[in-house]
Amino acid sequence: MEKIQENIVTADGIPLKISLARAQRRSKIVAFMMVFPLLVFIVVAFIGPIADMLLLSIDNSIVKKILPKSSEALQNWDEYSGELPGEAVFAAMVDEIKKAKAAKEHTRVGQRLNYESSGFSSLFRKAGRKVTKIKTPPFKEALIKTDKRWGEIYTWQVIKQNSSSYTEGYYLAALDFKRKFSSGNIESLESKDSIYLKLFFRTIVLSSLITFLTFVIGFPLSYMLSTVSTRISNILIIFVLLPFWTSLLVRTTSWIALLQQEGVINDFLVLVGFINEEGRLAMIHNATGTVVAMTHILLPFMILPLFSVMKTIPKSYVRAAISLGAHPWKAFWKVYFPNTGAGIGAGSILVFILAIGYYITPALVGGSSGTFISNRIAYHISSSLNWGLGSAIGVILLGIVLLFFVFYDRIVGINNMKLG
Amino acid sequence: MSTLPPYFSVPERIWHYTFWIICVSVLFFLIFPLIVIIPLSFNEVPFFTFTKKMLAFDPDGYSLQWYNDFFTNLNWQGAVRNSVFIAFFATIIATFLGTLASLGLSRPNMPYRTLLMSLLISPMIVPLIISAAGMFFFYSRIGLQGTHLGVILAHAVLGTPFVVITVTATLSGFDNNLIRASQSLGATPTTTFFKVIVPLITPGVISGALFAFVTSFDEVVVVLFVGSYRQRTIPWQMFSGIREQISPTILAAATLLIVVTIALLTTLELLRRRTERLRGVTPS
Repeated sequence: MEKIQENIVTADGIPLKISLARAQRRSKIVAFMMVFPLLVFIVVAFIGPIADMLLLSIDNSIVKKILPKSSEALQNWDEYSGELPGEAVFAAMVDEIKKAKAAKEHTRVGQRLNYESSGFSSLFRKAGRKVTKIKTPPFKEALIKTDKRWGEIYTWQVIKQNSSSYTEGYYLAALDFKRKFSSGNIESLESKDSIYLKLFFRTIVLSSLITFLTFVIGFPLSYMLSTVSTRISNILIIFVLLPFWTSLLVRTTSWIALLQQEGVINDFLVLVGFINEEGRLAMIHNATGTVVAMTHILLPFMILPLFSVMKTIPKSYVRAAISLGAHPWKAFWKVYFPNTGAGIGAGSILVFILAIGYYITPALVGGSSGTFISNRIAYHISSSLNWGLGSAIGVILLGIVLLFFVFYDRIVGINNMKLG
Repeated sequence: MSTLPPYFSVPERIWHYTFWIICVSVLFFLIFPLIVIIPLSFNEVPFFTFTKKMLAFDPDGYSLQWYNDFFTNLNWQGAVRNSVFIAFFATIIATFLGTLASLGLSRPNMPYRTLLMSLLISPMIVPLIISAAGMFFFYSRIGLQGTHLGVILAHAVLGTPFVVITVTATLSGFDNNLIRASQSLGATPTTTFFKVIVPLITPGVISGALFAFVTSFDEVVVVLFVGSYRQRTIPWQMFSGIREQISPTILAAATLLIVVTIALLTTLELLRRRTERLRGVTPS
């Protein structure tokens, strides 16, 4: 059989097998060349920045870059010996602070170390002002004279432990751990000081609650949409698609108009006498506001997958169960409900993934008790300027989302994603 | 609501009506927040709620001043221009690259299809705040932060997954025999592309482009970080408006956006019907 195939040749005398392989290779190359421009674009404009953020979350090069000689000299010093580093380290430090001052970079070191232990920002600013007067050795006494903190072992322990190129410090901070520089041990913060774990926990709890609410609210409607005739369901689905397509800001704005103290719902409740003027409900700028607004905003993401699965379940299943003597409830619970599993899984994971990364709605209606971890990322990027910590929180959040996306991919499959 | 079968028992009847009441409430919950904003935008006073005059349908209680503000205020007019400008160019980039890639991805024997697909649609999966943070750090380092180009590129990235998904979906029902038929009848690859492939994928490309446009037009997180006041878009302006000086002009803008949404949704529905007709599927 093989022999015969090899003997078949194309018009130009090349065996068919080789000719086919060539044609297929060419077709593969052409296909790849078509994908290539977008691939490059996505890698450069999207994957690159995300990778950059990953690096930023472990990057610790500032101290080493601005204080290279001091960092190197400190490597020979045993930080747990109970003694201050030697004169050589002080000499290098004085010299490098002078240089950094000239380049106006000494405050950057101070700012960086301030994230690890407060007080460093002022220490370096002060040193920058006074260090120019130090001309002759001994540098040790002279530097300690500018600020007595230079005479504390702790100060040098912090500098030494942050003089390597990479740090896990931002991740420790993002998970509410703290490095004790005096012993080098990692300890978790007391629960009253915990910020980030609490926020991660709140984000996950509120997102789960939102997912559950969208399921409870979305299930009956999806079921109804799948039972009525196509003509009616085509009209009713507009009620789902219109909010789905309307700008997020529009929907958030309308919830502000509805929920605020002087808003539509409170006014209505006062008008019908359900509450009095003083008893207006606080439904916004707290967790309630976030949950209500986000449940509304994410509801279509639950209804659409549920509806598309329910459409495919034959009505005869439940009818058969009932005709075999099952109570309608039992028929629903034992026959219909298990069939909706894929839709429930897809919808829930989709809503959950979207919810834990939400920023805008919690920022506008969340107040202080309804903000999410993403609001903290934004805070570190634009207000506190602690980009390393912001990136570390972002990477952890991304990890959680990707983990759930793997489940989503198992249930739905990445190639079967549909829109609208 | 059809008439109930006569054999339904009383509990079944009660359940039937309860179920309908639940469904109608859910529909109400979905649509009410969008409806309520429309009359509020005609408010005569700068409140986000109904005044007594409005409830009495007194014409004095209504006014067009917030629309007037929207169309004359430079902040809002700049925002409209920026929104259209950025969304337009982001859509062109996303549609061109996305369509080309989808044509490649849908060819038979495309290697590493699943891997490529997950890379290409990753901007849709990564939470916006993380994309925004990453792009902010990266773009500010290469000088694109606070430029129109930076925002356009960022929005094009966010829009491409939608184009890829819609166009590959259109191509999934594509019959490769049509290409063979055209070639066997003597058409060159170029003729085949423009006379056979293009007409069949156009509805998919247009709806992908619409998705990309809406994504850019609605997007606020990335533009907040990658952009600055000079790149302010309508959502940017609404966001900062809600945070700083709350004025019903936001409601007027929101109402106009709802109108735009309805127009887009209608277009998409018409396109969907056209695709189905072209493929010979009877509309369901």
